[in-house]
Amino acid sequence: MSEVVLKTEGVSKNFGGLYAVRNVSVAFEHGRVEVIIGPNGAGKTTLINLLSGDLAPTDGRIVYRGRDVTGLPAHRLSKKGIGRSYQITNIFPQFTVHRNVWLASQSRLPSCMRFLRPAGRYRQVAERVDRALSLAEIAHRAGDVAAQISHGEQRRLEIAMLLAAEPDVLLLDEPLAGMGAEETGGIVTLIRSLARDHCVVLIEHDMDAVFAVADYLTVMVGGSILESGPPDVIRASEDVRRAYLGDSSTAVLAGAAAP
Amino acid sequence: MVTIPNRRVAVALALVFAALAVVPLVGETYALKVATRMIVFAIFAMSLDLLLGYTGLVSFGHAAFFGLSAYSLQLVSPESEAANLITALPQCLGVTAAAAALIGMLVVRTAGIYFIMSTLALAQMFFFFFHDSPIAGGSDGAYIWYKPVLTIGATALLDLDGRETLYYFALACLVLCYGFLVVVLRSPFGEVIQGIRVNEHRMRALGYDTRRFKLVSFVLSALMAGLAGFLFACIDGFVAPQLLGWRESGIGLVMVILGGMGTLYGSIIGAFAFIGMEEIVRDRQFTGVMAEHWQILMGVFVIVVVLFLKNGLAGLFAEPPIRRPATKEEP
Amino acid sequence: MDVTLFLLQTLNGIQHGLLLFLVASGLTIIFGIMGVINLAHGSFYMIGAYLALSLTQWTGSLFGAVLLGIPIAILLGLAIERLFIVHLYDRDHLQQVLLTFGLILIFNELQSIVWGDDPHSVPKPAMLAGSVPVTETLSYSTYRLFLSVVCLVVAGCLYLVIHRTRLGMRMRAGAYNAEMVRSLGIDTRRLFAVVFAIGVSLTALAGIIAAPDRSLYPGIGEQVLIISFVVVVIGGIGSVKGAFVGAILIGLADVYGQAYLHDFRGFASAAVYALMAAVLLWRPTGLFGRR
Repeated sequence: MSEVVLKTEGVSKNFGGLYAVRNVSVAFEHGRVEVIIGPNGAGKTTLINLLSGDLAPTDGRIVYRGRDVTGLPAHRLSKKGIGRSYQITNIFPQFTVHRNVWLASQSRLPSCMRFLRPAGRYRQVAERVDRALSLAEIAHRAGDVAAQISHGEQRRLEIAMLLAAEPDVLLLDEPLAGMGAEETGGIVTLIRSLARDHCVVLIEHDMDAVFAVADYLTVMVGGSILESGPPDVIRASEDVRRAYLGDSSTAVLAGAAAP
Repeated sequence: MVTIPNRRVAVALALVFAALAVVPLVGETYALKVATRMIVFAIFAMSLDLLLGYTGLVSFGHAAFFGLSAYSLQLVSPESEAANLITALPQCLGVTAAAAALIGMLVVRTAGIYFIMSTLALAQMFFFFFHDSPIAGGSDGAYIWYKPVLTIGATALLDLDGRETLYYFALACLVLCYGFLVVVLRSPFGEVIQGIRVNEHRMRALGYDTRRFKLVSFVLSALMAGLAGFLFACIDGFVAPQLLGWRESGIGLVMVILGGMGTLYGSIIGAFAFIGMEEIVRDRQFTGVMAEHWQILMGVFVIVVVLFLKNGLAGLFAEPPIRRPATKEEP
Repeated sequence: MDVTLFLLQTLNGIQHGLLLFLVASGLTIIFGIMGVINLAHGSFYMIGAYLALSLTQWTGSLFGAVLLGIPIAILLGLAIERLFIVHLYDRDHLQQVLLTFGLILIFNELQSIVWGDDPHSVPKPAMLAGSVPVTETLSYSTYRLFLSVVCLVVAGCLYLVIHRTRLGMRMRAGAYNAEMVRSLGIDTRRLFAVVFAIGVSLTALAGIIAAPDRSLYPGIGEQVLIISFVVVVIGGIGSVKGAFVGAILIGLADVYGQAYLHDFRGFASAAVYALMAAVLLWRPTGLFGRR
């Protein structure tokens, strides 16, 4: 029996009268890749923002490891072990790849109000950086300025930054966006391997990747949960097919059904 | 590393400091006074660079801390004898730090243009306080009759009334401040504030309480500005409300930009160049009748610097600092 | 507390606030639409005030000064916009602040060359020089009432421009999302020039009509500028409504502070900053600012 790490209880987010997320209750378990899918505007990113503390819910509760964390700011949740990556690459463009990951790793020091000892002397921080760089397969770019590496590499950098902070829950907002097929394969493998000792929550549009990686799927439409279940259940669901109006997405779902 | 200039700059800086060390041996009184002012403003500009170039906070009220510390010296100095440096300096810096913490807590809640405007306005509050209140002479300013003396036991070790003593003391402060900032900027704290400058939102998502770091940076910077103000008060032994005014804050910003933001040593160059420029335009020999209206020339100078000197003077003879990873040169 | 006196102080505060509104609204629309923080804004107040001095002497009437002074200020403003401000549209706030800081240094010195450093005063128009009796012992200056009426009329016109014209629509959109307006393909050069001219004329008008009520001395521009900053921070940057509310609040706080904290010299002028601090604690982007 897996344990539930992070769950929401009837959370809603209201933007000036419009519900982006409405009465959503989900539970995410340790050791699984949990994928949230849904058409554009379904509220997936808003849900991630609520989980990461970037937004505070209008209603409902968020519970992390048995503790109510509703409304805690992002930096507190991050310290507690909920890490996230962004849909639009959100890095420190002027800094080197190494320094980007360094800042992420350093955030796990008990305190960064340290003024005299050079940052480079903190061994554990450096080790975490090296581990994250090689896990995300970006170590060869460590010395390059982040703004100058390719888009796919920047996505890997995002993941490296996430890993360097050694979170418990990984919230990944479209980590594959803008990647080529070859790069996608590598990231999918990486995500699968991370699921062994993390709780991975993922938003993704690429259906091939979704079905390759997911242990459990949650389908959102119009801010609410339409259906959730293991991949084969979702694949077979008529409701889900109907929700993805238009032939192309139906085709995508059907296509993905074939192994 | 970010704050360690390349070898060329390091050599140039060493030469400059060496040259500064011999100024009292060759210069006459007036030149020494100007050189002291340059050093004091170099400390001031450097403190501002910590905010501007490293934390990404554009403060237009930094002179408040410069002036507040100068006024504190006037207030703690006894009327008929010299204050002891050992007690006076911590008192002045303590007052400055307390004020900076209060103001800082307020302004770090704001960002961008609100930060600029609210720092300016709150600094102006200090200006009006000293301008209107009866303490320390109001709008006329007040004298510090006896400059502080460093006394341990019964022996006077340093008397800041001596022009050369003050000069060397200020120079030592400049070197110490520079060294201190270089160390701080390499520390975990330094990494954090530089991250905040580039992408504060991401820093927060990484788990940093960015407001706290901005506040500490603000107070540190104010403390250093306070040290500069303390030294400044010792030059003429006179304080006036203008020291806290928006004009001084603006001059500090111009010095940092002129020298090159985010380089530390650029602030030193900027302060020297600005004060040097002021001395030139005020001199009839160089500017003739315009010498009387030198403010116009300084205004033109400021505009030219902003429009045409994007990377500052430091950018002219050294490439912009290369941001290397933190551990690359680890022993 | 004397109630009548308090009411008179309140009138003074509102009148002071209305004048501040003219300056602050210019500042806020220039920032809202053009994205430029203009420190030299206060200089146009100063220029207006000193133009009132010279033009009243020359034409013999304050109204002549208004009719001539505003076009002069606008021409000067447009020249400054074309020569300097255009370079600032894509620059960061720091560079905007510094360049306009340089302009202040120049304007202040020019003021000192042309009009000298001594305080001056401008005579009130004869028909407005008297005062309106309020009680047997207290009266209120007719000119101040006139000032308030003029400011209210201008504020009303500004309201109509903002809510009833295309220019106003762009101004509102600009305050909400400056990038959007800039990317709409509007002839921004012309729009910016018009906006800058409006901002300058509002400020210059404030300087001209305030001149007979206050004395002129070096540095009045910056004093008004900084108080206007406080107004804009309280109201929310880019919001004209915010500038109005902020200006009235600050006008009242300033007058009450001077009147009732009189015995605590040094603290009287701190009232407005305390008000700003309170607003910042409560809403860091001002009362009507975007979150």
